[in-house]
Amino acid sequence: MSSFVLTGARILGAAKTDIVITDGVVAEVAPGASAPGATRIDADGLVALPGLVDLHTHLREPGREDAETVESGSRAAALGGYTAVCAMANTDPVADTAGVVEQVYRLGRDAGLAHVQPIGAVTVGLAGERLAELGAMADSAAAVRIFSDDGHCVSDPRLMRRALEYVKAFDGVIAQHAEEPRLTAGAQMHEGEWSARLGLTGWPAVAEEAIIARDVLLAEHVGARLHICHVSTAGSVEILRWAKARGIRVTAEVTPHHLLLTDALAESYDPVFKVNPPLRTDADVAALRAALADGVVDVVATDHAPHTVEDKECEWPYARPGMLGLQTALPVVLHTMLDPALLDGGGEPGPARLDWDGVAERMSRRPARIAGLAGHGRDPAPGVPANLTLVDPAARVTVDGGEIASRSRNTPYAGRTLPGRVVATFLAGAPTVLDGKAQR
Amino acid sequence: MITHLLSAADLDRSTATLVLDTATEMATVAGREVKKLPTLRGRTVVNLFYEDSTRTRTSFEVAAKRLSADVINFSAKGSSVSKGESLKDTALTLQAMGADAVVIRHSASGAPHRLARWVDGSVVNAGDGTHEHPTQALLDAYTMRSRLGTLEGLRVAIVGDVLHSRVARSNVLLLATLGAKVTLVSPPTLLPVGVGAWPCAVSYDLDAVLGDVDVVMMLRVQRERMNDSYFPSAREYARRYGLDVARAARLPEHAIVMHPGPMNRGMEIAPEVADSARATIVEQVANGVSVRMAVLYLLLGGKS
Ligand SMILES: [Zn+2]
Repeated sequence: MSSFVLTGARILGAAKTDIVITDGVVAEVAPGASAPGATRIDADGLVALPGLVDLHTHLREPGREDAETVESGSRAAALGGYTAVCAMANTDPVADTAGVVEQVYRLGRDAGLAHVQPIGAVTVGLAGERLAELGAMADSAAAVRIFSDDGHCVSDPRLMRRALEYVKAFDGVIAQHAEEPRLTAGAQMHEGEWSARLGLTGWPAVAEEAIIARDVLLAEHVGARLHICHVSTAGSVEILRWAKARGIRVTAEVTPHHLLLTDALAESYDPVFKVNPPLRTDADVAALRAALADGVVDVVATDHAPHTVEDKECEWPYARPGMLGLQTALPVVLHTMLDPALLDGGGEPGPARLDWDGVAERMSRRPARIAGLAGHGRDPAPGVPANLTLVDPAARVTVDGGEIASRSRNTPYAGRTLPGRVVATFLAGAPTVLDGKAQR
Repeated sequence: MITHLLSAADLDRSTATLVLDTATEMATVAGREVKKLPTLRGRTVVNLFYEDSTRTRTSFEVAAKRLSADVINFSAKGSSVSKGESLKDTALTLQAMGADAVVIRHSASGAPHRLARWVDGSVVNAGDGTHEHPTQALLDAYTMRSRLGTLEGLRVAIVGDVLHSRVARSNVLLLATLGAKVTLVSPPTLLPVGVGAWPCAVSYDLDAVLGDVDVVMMLRVQRERMNDSYFPSAREYARRYGLDVARAARLPEHAIVMHPGPMNRGMEIAPEVADSARATIVEQVANGVSVRMAVLYLLLGGKS
């Protein structure tokens, strides 16, 4: 098999070194290291990170291949520096059987651009009425460990309790889309000053917080693992802080867009800013950044949600919620969270800061652990599977839509200039991206 | 002048005053034998109505015709719109037809803002969802000024379902711009979270407000709201927030009673009050034509 030597790379921002990859594994890390016949990749000054891992991706296949396919979404993932993505279950048909999760798993393997780890539905058809065959999905070739009705909340408390308990048998975790549906009927945006002014039905923060509060207590009661999807409010952060201090086994994710964008963007009524949970306030953004920095929120997950032009170029209330995220997640995190000194002063000034190791922890290592992906989320070192990405920290990229590999175009960042550019991504020792271009 | 009228917030004080002054001039046309001005001859005004509202559509139609504009009624019923054509495709059609102004009524908040991005002509918001209805606010301000002489310092109570009311949103913004003092009166369930940022006062108690106002504007309240527990029953709503005869009697002598229509008689307003001399409901309709003439004239008149 082929060999590569990445010269001058800075692993997690440390001093320059050379990384040799042979037969899918990191063979050697040392200045001057090489291997016979190895392809030389100039990585001078680039930061090497373990390949990013996304816990929350909507790949739309099967069912909405006009919006995204496993292949196009995997390509967007690779270009964003990801080597593994967890595919949400709200496809058509729903990924609520071993057959569908195996189909998605195989489509991902065939595309070969990222490890596609299917998430199984908690309930049949996402209907919130009875449990899907969680064990069958866990035992399938897809080896499902994360279960989620994302897009819908498992709102019935008894059903949620049973799900949390049941998946303990195979070390599964329930990833909850926390939204009390009785409080969000018809909701269009965050309920606050902007919704009042714009005449759009509000999505109150309490609808998220009430479910998180209930579910951490349920998880404690039955001794189960719980993961909270896309935490969006300062109040949710406080509940999670309390739960973690109490020793409850809960993890949580925040999306890049909730780290950067606010509900004021709805003023244009452009549905590219419509998302669920909705964009919140400046105070929520600040609380989420602080929580990601101090670890109360464990990881960044994209909630990459491709939608067709028809589903977005329309009236706000008729538009589907969701935003693209895979190709912009790392730049947004670098912009909002990385110590600006590590970016030549390119990020936003602010108190909550990470170094490169902190970025790797929140975007690769910790999500890989939550998802149970043993070959991912490991820093480049001899013997480690070569899933890694090279980032140019000096680059600034203006999002214009032309670079999007997704079938959809619904990025909320168009026109923004963000720091960092993914130069190369390696999946199991093979380049999926080189020189910023997808290799297949 | 402005390009579009999407929100009452688009109007600063001098522009809003200009609209009202122009409407006063337009009103004199209505008194003439030939009720027509040649001002907008050769211009095309499209009425794009996704919601049934004969009253508002007719008002805009009469206004445009009095200015000699060509009027196309593009109602959602029986057109490609009802067959699922997107707003954007409709906008491109109107663009191809050479519409100089599009008057849009839509059940979705913000639809006029979207439309304004897709057509070159002026867009006039004739009511969008639960957002705004700026020409209604202009005609209400015009009516207040006609009856009471001034808007500066005027004490206006707006009573009812503020949460779902586009009339309330536009009136609060416009009246604040024009120097009036607005108090919203509503059960707490029918006030939006975030109302505290609006340029007005808020009260839950109609009786505490009534004795001290120049204008009381009653908003339509749908009985069906009780099914969503906004209030327990129509009867309780009427008892606590309805303008009945006894309450109307406690209004200051000069105070006027307004309603944007259509009224729920016996719910938010008693029939005797709606038909009393204080009520401006009929003249609001007449004033609507003058104000809409002024808006179309000012949006289109300056362009060739
Ligand atoms: Zn979700």
